[in-house]
Amino acid sequence: MQDSNHTNSGLPLAAGVGYKPQHFTQLLDAPGNVRWLEIHAENYMGDGGRPHAQLRRLSEQFAMSVHGVGLSIGGEAPLDTDHLARLKHLIDWLNPASFSEHLAWSTHDSHFYNDLLALPYTNTTLARICDHIDQVQTVIGRQMLLENPSNYLAFDESTWAEPEFLTEISQRTGCGLLLDINNVFVSATNLDFSPQGYIDAFALDKVGEIHLGGHDVDEDDHGDTLLIDSHGSEVVDPVWDLLDYTLERSGPLPILIEWDNDVPDWPLLAAEAERAASTLQMRAV
Amino acid sequence: MSVGEKHFIQAMMDPSLPVPEGLSDSQFRPAGRRFNVYRNNVATSLTAAMHTAFPVITKLLGKENMDGLSGMYLRAHPPTSPIMMFYGADFPVFLAEIKQLDHLGYLADIARLELALRTSYHAADAQPIPADALAQIAPDDLMKTQITLSPSVQLIASAWPIYDIWRFNTQDDAPKPNAGAQDILITRPEFDPIPQLLPAGGADWIMGLMQGATIAEAHDKTLETMPEFDLGATLTLLLQGGAITHLTTKG
Repeated sequence: MQDSNHTNSGLPLAAGVGYKPQHFTQLLDAPGNVRWLEIHAENYMGDGGRPHAQLRRLSEQFAMSVHGVGLSIGGEAPLDTDHLARLKHLIDWLNPASFSEHLAWSTHDSHFYNDLLALPYTNTTLARICDHIDQVQTVIGRQMLLENPSNYLAFDESTWAEPEFLTEISQRTGCGLLLDINNVFVSATNLDFSPQGYIDAFALDKVGEIHLGGHDVDEDDHGDTLLIDSHGSEVVDPVWDLLDYTLERSGPLPILIEWDNDVPDWPLLAAEAERAASTLQMRAV
Repeated sequence: MSVGEKHFIQAMMDPSLPVPEGLSDSQFRPAGRRFNVYRNNVATSLTAAMHTAFPVITKLLGKENMDGLSGMYLRAHPPTSPIMMFYGADFPVFLAEIKQLDHLGYLADIARLELALRTSYHAADAQPIPADALAQIAPDDLMKTQITLSPSVQLIASAWPIYDIWRFNTQDDAPKPNAGAQDILITRPEFDPIPQLLPAGGADWIMGLMQGATIAEAHDKTLETMPEFDLGATLTLLLQGGAITHLTTKG
């Protein structure tokens, strides 16, 4: 299949995987249908050594996507300019096809909580997030993608629905969107809305990348299903179905398999990527 | 009502506090244990980070004790940076202050060693001098030479046999530790940091080099406290570890 690149991200219209160092050799020897890799920016903010050497080698063979987990774009406080400078440094030397971050916050009072925390969707948070994204895009000198979160609860004070909130951010800042379909499924289950309705409301023309991943199943105080975004297992069939539903409306997009916990041996991850690649190829016929 | 970050964080970090009002499920019932997802994610991910950062401490104390200590450490020292590779920098001091661990006096130094291994792993790359570079310098000039070390070089001086303890807990068939002070040099010839036992006085001599002393100046100073210091053996460890990046002979 001839890869063309997506206009919203520069990533190939093909399958990618979240990069784990234990897969380095097999990725080079037996990449299967994997055409691009995504890294967590913060794991490559040391000064050198093996992590940097591996990135240099991998970027000769794969398109790269840098995915930040530490900017706290939804946070109340100003962005950490030191962290933003480190991010710019990484993006400058690696020159990835895409950079993305989350609609979430993780830092408060200079402490970092290592999780993607939820925020209310109001005009106040909208203005703050747009300012932060303007700042990021100015510093790194390129467009970024913003990812929809997994939701476990809702803020009573929210006045925006999430897809409309993301559309408004994209229109005001010019950022693209990263559509995590597992997150849509998790949020829809947890907050009892239609995942197809969410996709229908989403600005699919702004999407530069799709994420797929696994989730855990728990329950809330009332015995209702509570899904938890865990990236520790295979993508479930209803999420693959929702991918089909999305691609019918969006056309082909770069698709990433995320598997961050209980990382499997390469063949299992490669098989998930193969399923994503064949889903894309079937649509291309 | 509005749920600010401060309120959210306080409740997240202290499970004895109620879940903030204003967080609900789809039927406007209080969020309840839905909020626990954030509590669990933070505690679990940062506990896992501590296990990864301190495998020998985890082995020495056992997984359950390490889980408990990681939770205490998180509440006392929440991460101050999104770069998790350096999380745990205050763990040696934290361990040294725990009275119940007084009988394991070496723990803090083992934690320092594990931190130093990570620091070395992520340090900047640097080209070592050629193997014959020292031999090219006339003997008289050699003693007037300053040595620049690679950013990946780390020193850990200890009153405990930390090299033996580290080896006993990471390598099969390693001998049991004996009492006595041990100093460790970490070099990174390519990508993997290697801890090695320094001869007595070696750490003082290398520390002198790091502070800009010439080979002779650092040697003289070391001999004042350690007359049997073996300069040749220590210099060989540096050379074999690819730890020397520049030689500067003072004129």
